[in-house]
Amino acid sequence: MKLYEYEGKDLFEKYGVPVPRRVLIESVEDVDRAIEIVGLPAVVKAQVLVGGRGRAGGIKVAKSVDEAKHVVEEIRSRGVRGVRPRKFLLEEFVDIERELYLSITVDRSARKYIVLASSEGGIEIEEIARERPETIVKVFIDPLEGLQPHHVRYVERGLVSRGIDGSTARMVAELVPKLFRLMMDLDAELVEINPLAKTRDGRVLALDSKIIIDDNALYRHPDLAKVLEEDPRDFTPLEIVARRYGFSFVELDGDVAVIANGAGLTMATMDMVAEFGGKPACFLDIGGGANRDRVREALKIVLTLPRVKTVIVNIFGGITRCDEVARGVVEALQSVSSTKPIVVRMVGTNEEEGRRILESVGIQVFSDDLEAVKKAVELARGGG
Amino acid sequence: MAILVDERTRVLVQGITGREGRFHTERMLRYGTRIVAGVTPGKGGENVHGVPVYDTVEEALKNHPEINASIIFVPARFATDAIFEAVDAGIKLVVVITEGIPLHEELKVVSYARSRGTVIVGPNCPGLIAPRLRVKIGIMPEHYFAPGNVGIVSRSGTLTYEIAAELTRHGLGQSTVIGIGGDPITGLDFVEVVKMFEKDPETHAIVVIGEIGGDAEERLASYVENHGVSKPIVAFIAGRTAPPGKRMGHAGAIISMGRGDAASKIRALQRAGIEVAKLPHEVPKLVERALRR
Repeated sequence: MKLYEYEGKDLFEKYGVPVPRRVLIESVEDVDRAIEIVGLPAVVKAQVLVGGRGRAGGIKVAKSVDEAKHVVEEIRSRGVRGVRPRKFLLEEFVDIERELYLSITVDRSARKYIVLASSEGGIEIEEIARERPETIVKVFIDPLEGLQPHHVRYVERGLVSRGIDGSTARMVAELVPKLFRLMMDLDAELVEINPLAKTRDGRVLALDSKIIIDDNALYRHPDLAKVLEEDPRDFTPLEIVARRYGFSFVELDGDVAVIANGAGLTMATMDMVAEFGGKPACFLDIGGGANRDRVREALKIVLTLPRVKTVIVNIFGGITRCDEVARGVVEALQSVSSTKPIVVRMVGTNEEEGRRILESVGIQVFSDDLEAVKKAVELARGGG
Repeated sequence: MAILVDERTRVLVQGITGREGRFHTERMLRYGTRIVAGVTPGKGGENVHGVPVYDTVEEALKNHPEINASIIFVPARFATDAIFEAVDAGIKLVVVITEGIPLHEELKVVSYARSRGTVIVGPNCPGLIAPRLRVKIGIMPEHYFAPGNVGIVSRSGTLTYEIAAELTRHGLGQSTVIGIGGDPITGLDFVEVVKMFEKDPETHAIVVIGEIGGDAEERLASYVENHGVSKPIVAFIAGRTAPPGKRMGHAGAIISMGRGDAASKIRALQRAGIEVAKLPHEVPKLVERALRR
């Protein structure tokens, strides 16, 4: 679960990370009140979870109340990379001397936490790593050891050796324990401040926030889980429905819906669709041992996607039984009126029975997945 | 031989009285796995398919000191504790089937196990199977596997069965098949397992099934480049069409911060001289060709 900038900044404030004065608004009527608090010029920031928000026109400086109102209206109607913001942050304009970078995340292969600090900021860390890797300080934290004072000293020294003045380096390093505590308390995968500003009056301020919470730990944060229910963020409405059924579901922009059992097999099936010149419309993993109800719900979900032209169901039965899958497919067709062709490939447990059930309602069943995928792609193209 | 297991492998099932635990205990027993005890707190004294159940791992070990491996079916909220308990009891091989363990817990328990010399297979994995020994510590449908000389290491489940079945159909049996898990943090990585296969006389060729996310494949490529592996390796990487920033089923299958896409993994493996199959079906052909060389 990704947090919006304003949610992240509220957390920063709570954990003692300095942030600019700011007011969250939902409507243009709130602009006057907000400007009274943050002053002019003010920065208007659309609360959306898209990368490169600034470059996409989601952040603008307003010199007057009227301009701020105009900017809010304008961004709201235009959207930022296709996303219409519901909320805006109005923020004091900060006189920046230098932009830096600070984050903590998990290094998967080292199996450790990693603090990344850079004397460069304001651009994405991928870009910093590519263009100026020498500016990045990396400090690993063993999960059994936890954060120790020497880690903080290493961050400070690292920044000093990269040309940052001693007092700024110290202020930045002192943020590390605060971010680490936040990360632990909230089960975050990533806590990032970019840019971290050094202001002309000698402060450091978090100008943006990026926090990603571990979905597997959401059960420990019922408040966040509730917030996610209310505002599904970067999930589509259908992805939310699928989540309720416990499916892994991702919408894509093609027209061949892909349903399979197991994440790896589902991805491989998408790749096969592409190999035959088709484009996958979605990824839907029904999981292991799925029964007819799950299969039925999965099909109903993908059949509601308007852009879907055909569906490929790819089941490698082990614990999953093919007859159950077949019954689920039939039930789905009975409950939704769809003329979209469904191509089924299934092998394994009770394959013959499953095949008989499907063929009796006129659905083609393949045991070779390449043939099945090819057929689904052809049907999507209007052939077959 | 196989890797990680042998004729002396005696297995404990943690979470044996749950639905999954019962179901797979029966299947593992039927296959030939020597399961000697099970644990579920509060269920001590029961038995599951003839396997005695204990309240604690310690008690199970006191009664069955021959236990040297454990498989965990405990739900995600309690799984970390179960792993710690197994490690503390001195069990050196722990297979964690459970999906959905929080990242920070996973980091801590995997580091702890490694520091104590316990090998964790998983979490979020199908386990491992050694067909010649008829040892299965996992949930894979055993009839797709056959004894032979191909070692398989994979980050996924069903896709592994699919590729193993294809190999079996082509007369290419397997020495050991191991799923290291689909989470961002796993107990074993590709390099460690490939090193084990390199030393295993029963293994003549190695199949690596990777996917998007992380850099386990890139690290394998650089290991092969720098140290060399004498046995042929064939790889398949799932997720060439996966979009960035979206989690594709597995917690670890995500292209994030510009890293972990399939194309860069495939490039790295090919640069190291590893053959990469474009589709799962090409794997047997490539393995056959590599073995003939």
